[in-house]
Amino acid sequence: MSLVRLCLLMLLALAGAAILAVLLGETPLTLAQYAQALSHPASPPGEVLWTIRAPRVAVAALVGAALGLAGATMQGLLRNPLADPGVLGVSAVSGLGAALAISAGLALVPGGIELSALVGALAAGAMVVALAARFREPEALILFGVALSAFGGALTALVFNLSPSPVATAEILAWLMGSVQNRDWTDAARALVPMALGAALCVRAGQGLRMLTLGEEAARMSGLPMSRLRVYAVAGSALLTGAAVAAAGVIGFVGLAAPHLVRALVKDDPRRILWPSALAGALLLVLADLAARLIPTEQELKLGVVTALFGAPAFALLAWRASRSWRA
Amino acid sequence: MSAWTLMDLSARQGRKTVLEAASLSVAAGEVVGVVGPNGAGKTSLLRAGLGLLALTAGEARLSGKALATLKPDERAKLVGYLLQDRRVAWNLPARMVAALGASDLADTAADLLALQCLDRVGARDLADRGVLDMSGGERARVLLARLLATRAPLLVADEPVAGLDPDAQLLTLDLLRAEAKRGAAVVVTLHDLGLAARSCDRIIVVDHGRIVAEGKPREALSRFILSHVFRLDGELVETEVGPVLAARRA
Repeated sequence: MSLVRLCLLMLLALAGAAILAVLLGETPLTLAQYAQALSHPASPPGEVLWTIRAPRVAVAALVGAALGLAGATMQGLLRNPLADPGVLGVSAVSGLGAALAISAGLALVPGGIELSALVGALAAGAMVVALAARFREPEALILFGVALSAFGGALTALVFNLSPSPVATAEILAWLMGSVQNRDWTDAARALVPMALGAALCVRAGQGLRMLTLGEEAARMSGLPMSRLRVYAVAGSALLTGAAVAAAGVIGFVGLAAPHLVRALVKDDPRRILWPSALAGALLLVLADLAARLIPTEQELKLGVVTALFGAPAFALLAWRASRSWRA
Repeated sequence: MSAWTLMDLSARQGRKTVLEAASLSVAAGEVVGVVGPNGAGKTSLLRAGLGLLALTAGEARLSGKALATLKPDERAKLVGYLLQDRRVAWNLPARMVAALGASDLADTAADLLALQCLDRVGARDLADRGVLDMSGGERARVLLARLLATRAPLLVADEPVAGLDPDAQLLTLDLLRAEAKRGAAVVVTLHDLGLAARSCDRIIVVDHGRIVAEGKPREALSRFILSHVFRLDGELVETEVGPVLAARRA
């Protein structure tokens, strides 16, 4: 299947899921109300569809796409099928940045949380890549990611611990669990800029990611400006992760799972996988958010909780499969 | 003109000196074999000469141009490098791996060339197989095809025949010799001294990070070198297929 065709098919699936996610929700609507919503967007059912559900779906799709693309880029860069912003601790440190911003009262400053989430993601991304060069075995890098993730979590716990107000604590916690509840079009627009920049950087790095298949030295000898492409890949995936964390909190496993859903369709190619992986991430997160809304629980399920519940077993399965190829 | 000139190269890895004052010149059309015991510095010599290992002294030139002044894409036009490490991260189809050698070409042209090179290494039927689904020997052929696809005036192959069956070993060296005939300079590290003597125009013997002998196979692999560098008691014996090594541990 050609890449264009695959992307079109996935776009179609995403559009279908998005329509479904706008139509379905906690508040059941009658056919007449749907008709009213479509003809009069300002009517009460129209409000539900266009100012409550649609921006939420858009943010979920954007965050999913960003995480899917960031995951595919990191897997290519680190030549490791278990790499993902969550597993490697980039999300946790980005979340720490955001938590610090909230507890410092920066939530009201426009772009304050976004900026500190981005800074956290960039710092963690740079650390991961600097250390990846020293580790020969993929397991070592995952272990480092576990450590970084735990450290980010510990520092976030410290922020809780020292936080003077229980309100701020609750706010940080709710936000860290990851959700796209109550997002409006401004949130979507604000995430779009760093995400577009990050996506452009990751795609520019694509040929370098493909060349890295044969290892570090082969890539260096290939004629590609590898040091520049590496910076693109790190900065791009960190921007994507930071923007995703800023928009929806910490949502794990999407960056890990999305590339695996499409890897076989692009014959393992770390370059051609980038766009399909972004689309797969968007699809996953739109569906996960729909599930979070439709599963009848007293409190609405947090998106990050849903992805973790499904994602953690998937991670275990992937680790099992990957470990076989490492031994070979 | 010399395709590869190494002038007094010295290099360190950590605290250890891995290369000391190594000089070498490789001309277009010749096959130069680099031999030496394990850990002697063969790979370090290649890596230092290609700019992959920081030098503490000396200078390397590719087709007369100082390596340090070349941009990555300029360097790639002048040299193709086949690594000893055959690990591949992803299960790409063989044709895509071979096409990585021709990343200067457009996708379709690179794919066409990749298929031709796979054909030359006898792996045309593997073109659409994933390289991780192959045996080590099959993957070695695909990586050799990638080297051929670079069409570079200097081909450097680090242990290209390690782990290959006898037929594949001979095929590999025949292909490299054909590249030399076409006008390329070829440098290859080998452990099989008989094979090196039969297939190389010139032999470089490396020991403890130094080039200790250089010359035609019979001269470079003298009784003295065999005994002092390789701890072997014996010599190259002429046969109808060329020289073979007849030796026992000294």
